[in-house]
Amino acid sequence: MPSRPPVDYIERTTVLYSSLGHAPYQWVSHTDQPPWHALNKPLSACKLGVIASGGIYRHGQVAFHYKDDISYRQIPVSTAADELRVTHFAYDLSAARTDPNAVLPLQALNELVDRGRISALAPNALTFMGGIYSARKVRDTLAPALVAELQKDEVDLALLIPV
Amino acid sequence: MSLSSARSITQSVGTPRALYLDYPLGQTAGRAGDLDEQRQILELACHSFENMSHPGSIVDLPMRWSEDDAWKDMVMRPHTENDGELSDDASALAGDQRRERYDTPQYQHAEDALTADPNCPTCIFLPQD
Repeated sequence: MPSRPPVDYIERTTVLYSSLGHAPYQWVSHTDQPPWHALNKPLSACKLGVIASGGIYRHGQVAFHYKDDISYRQIPVSTAADELRVTHFAYDLSAARTDPNAVLPLQALNELVDRGRISALAPNALTFMGGIYSARKVRDTLAPALVAELQKDEVDLALLIPV
Repeated sequence: MSLSSARSITQSVGTPRALYLDYPLGQTAGRAGDLDEQRQILELACHSFENMSHPGSIVDLPMRWSEDDAWKDMVMRPHTENDGELSDDASALAGDQRRERYDTPQYQHAEDALTADPNCPTCIFLPQD
């Protein structure tokens, strides 16, 4: 059977929220061309930083709350899957709780280093709970803190994994 | 580079490089339990880092969630009086998926709350304003 077009979550949430009597959500919309840096060395010489917004924390860490939580967690990339936990207020968590690699693929990421596809991972993945309604808090507070972490780790590339 | 399972949102935000996985939300890095697929997606991400050349472009990944894409009809659809006729898989996707917005930590396991370190050095709390 031919595949059908992607689900348009902007349209779906507009209809759903309207049916629930909520005001329309103001999605972030940028019309400028996104920034661009060409890859200036072989991928095998690049260090990769990872940021995931699926609400992943490690056993022993404080979990995220569900009301515009703009905190983040540093999770060592050597962390075993059975030490990872997932909490988020807005998506079906069953898959991620069965296998956290579905939202933070640490095993496959470490294998990229093992087989020399990239030179290294940043020592910690950075995680937060992406169900934050305030785009301003993300833009002005959380995102700059995450960028500072990536700069401190001197990464060449960043991989973002939203849900 | 961003992975994404919400193409319109990624397009609206505007990312330098993106890879779109046409799956229900919640497994953006590949199907739970399918390490081979997770490896394939990261390999395609590596390939895209090496080959993408136009800011804002989105690469559509070849994986498909199911044969018929019927799940797409149900995602976030307001509940109706006919919902009783839906399969469990379909009704799990319909309606409002959001939970109450508690402002206290929401642990996966109650036991996690007892072992969590409130002064955890790897938990970074930022000023709210």
